[in-house]
Amino acid sequence: MPEKKIRVLIAKPGLDGHDRGAKVIARALRDAGMEVIYTGLRQTPEMIASAAIQEDVDVIGLSILSGAHNTICPQLMTMLHDKGMDDVTVLVGGIIPEADIPALKKSGISGIFLPGTSTQDIIDFIHKNVPHH
Amino acid sequence: MSESSKGTTQTVTAETSATPRNPSPKEQAWEKNTLQPTLKKNPERQTEFTTISGHPIRRLYTQADLPNWDAERDLGLPGEPPYTRGIHPSMHRTRLWTMRQFAGFGTAEDTNQRFRYLLAQGQTGLSTAFDLPTLMGYDSDHPLSEGEVGKCGVAISSLADMEVLFDQIPLANVTTSMTINSPAAVVWAMYLAVAEKQGADWKKISGTLQNDILKEYIAQKEYIYPPDPSMRLVIDTFEFGVKNTPKFNTISISGYHIREAGSTAIQELAFTLRDGLEYVEWGMRRGLDVDEFVPQLSFFFNAHSDFFEEIAKYRAARRIWHKAMVERYKSKNPRTWALRFHTQTAGCSLTAQQPYNNVVRTAIQALAAVLGGTQSLHTNSLDEAWALPTEFAATIALRTQQIIAHETGVTNTVDPLGGSYFLETLTNEVEHGAWEYIDRIDAMGGMVAAIERSYPQREIAEASYRYQMELDKKEKIMVGVNDFVSQEKPLDILQIDETVAHRQAERLSKLRADRSQAEVDRRLGALRKAAQGKDNLMPFLYDAVKSYATLGEICDAMKDVFGIYEEVAIT
Repeated sequence: MPEKKIRVLIAKPGLDGHDRGAKVIARALRDAGMEVIYTGLRQTPEMIASAAIQEDVDVIGLSILSGAHNTICPQLMTMLHDKGMDDVTVLVGGIIPEADIPALKKSGISGIFLPGTSTQDIIDFIHKNVPHH
Repeated sequence: MSESSKGTTQTVTAETSATPRNPSPKEQAWEKNTLQPTLKKNPERQTEFTTISGHPIRRLYTQADLPNWDAERDLGLPGEPPYTRGIHPSMHRTRLWTMRQFAGFGTAEDTNQRFRYLLAQGQTGLSTAFDLPTLMGYDSDHPLSEGEVGKCGVAISSLADMEVLFDQIPLANVTTSMTINSPAAVVWAMYLAVAEKQGADWKKISGTLQNDILKEYIAQKEYIYPPDPSMRLVIDTFEFGVKNTPKFNTISISGYHIREAGSTAIQELAFTLRDGLEYVEWGMRRGLDVDEFVPQLSFFFNAHSDFFEEIAKYRAARRIWHKAMVERYKSKNPRTWALRFHTQTAGCSLTAQQPYNNVVRTAIQALAAVLGGTQSLHTNSLDEAWALPTEFAATIALRTQQIIAHETGVTNTVDPLGGSYFLETLTNEVEHGAWEYIDRIDAMGGMVAAIERSYPQREIAEASYRYQMELDKKEKIMVGVNDFVSQEKPLDILQIDETVAHRQAERLSKLRADRSQAEVDRRLGALRKAAQGKDNLMPFLYDAVKSYATLGEICDAMKDVFGIYEEVAIT
């Protein structure tokens, strides 16, 4: 039986419209054989959690460049927990000051990727951290 | 539009890359006797050399690359068509470019202090960065503003904030640029109200409103309303500007964000200039006179790291615009022919790794902008891959411009690179590539039509993905990122905390308590009614801001009539 593809939701929360990174990652993960759903812009944590349930994803990748990560990430993690989705791997990419990283990790974010990360590093991280089907 | 007014009927002066090359006997002999033996011993480092945009670059440029090039026609003289060498006869010998650092964070008080600091350091113009809620037409206390207030720029929710922002800054003397698009007309109305309160004459004040909604749909994505009503608002500002503020640039048609979204240099140039043509055509359809309103249109380009490609881009931009104004729109006013532009160094070229290297990148990019004949310039700060700049970092960025202006000697003569075989060839090729895109978009029925079928969005996404793959495969090198990697201590960066949001929320509730709600309701009602008709909305927006109706209330009133835009997300 063929292995089930890893399902990834790429989401762009907050008011920011700079979607270059989100789109590049969505395409790179797709080219690496994953099923990728891109939410489009301006998603609230609520919308992202619902989409994650509906699409039954293994991974959520958030792209945040606006400095709103300290507000958005904990909200989303609480929502996922309340919906019983603790097994989803959540990644954040974007402009994240190093000082904010420990608190984000503590809230349950598995991987934080800063500017300059290669797409292969993210692909490798997902393969390593997402349980095989 | 009639066939004769399309770009396809342009007399093509530029050589294409397909033009056959006929090297002179001397060059042929050099290739055989000098070059080949050397290459045999020491082969070149790569089989192909390209610009950062992927444009192929030859080993050597000679007369053979410019067979049909006519210096009088294609290069001309500065201050004269086709403006290849610049729009002023003596360029930076007479007047340096305006050093205009983009700044904005926290509350209006915070940014007012930074503005006054920058002016005290010798900066010659202001440029305002607004936060995301302001850019999207939300008040600071709107639920969707949570976490974003004052983060990417200054929070402005009403005229009261704008009064604080420009406190003790004489708008009669300082030129101000405002980077705002969807709610541009509203924020401009606030600015005009502050100017009036200060006693500044609207006929004399000058500055620039970004107001470029087309590039929002294409690249930056901070749109509110659908294209038609958005374009109506833009044309309303053109019409209002012609009558009331003749020295104010009512738009800054921007390639900056298109490039930041990952486009090539040619795409940046082509989409930006085609956006410019779209605004001209919508203005003409309103019944405005090209010779009257086009002089208030300005441009804004990126300065990326590929030095010569950028300089070629600015030179080609001036040639294309001149040609379009004269041939396509039959403009008689030379003030419409000369493309004036602001430049910002490339934010997307900055690295989070080894951030002090960004000072070097920015200096080289700024030099390209100066050699390309820019009218004003923003240089990025070294810490901007991490956060908004600290005062320390912003000062180095300003000093970088002052060093170029006063120490390097590049301002001593006009267009010092003019006549270079390489630069003239590249200028021709970049111009040719841009015309091909412009013709394609004309054939689609214009830029709004092209945007609706996601054409520019898709072209940019392709280019951006291609570049990322080149980085991943190390075909292109970013120092400190995919090569020459080393560890560094984290930088001290500017932190904006949530007290900004609390201060803004308190200020807004006080504002709503102190103003006359009946008057606000009456003026918002009048705005809503006017939006349903065809009147110019500027006077209604001006009335509304003067009653201290908030930005969010005003934008919502227009949403009631115009609806909102939702894009088809492509990946």
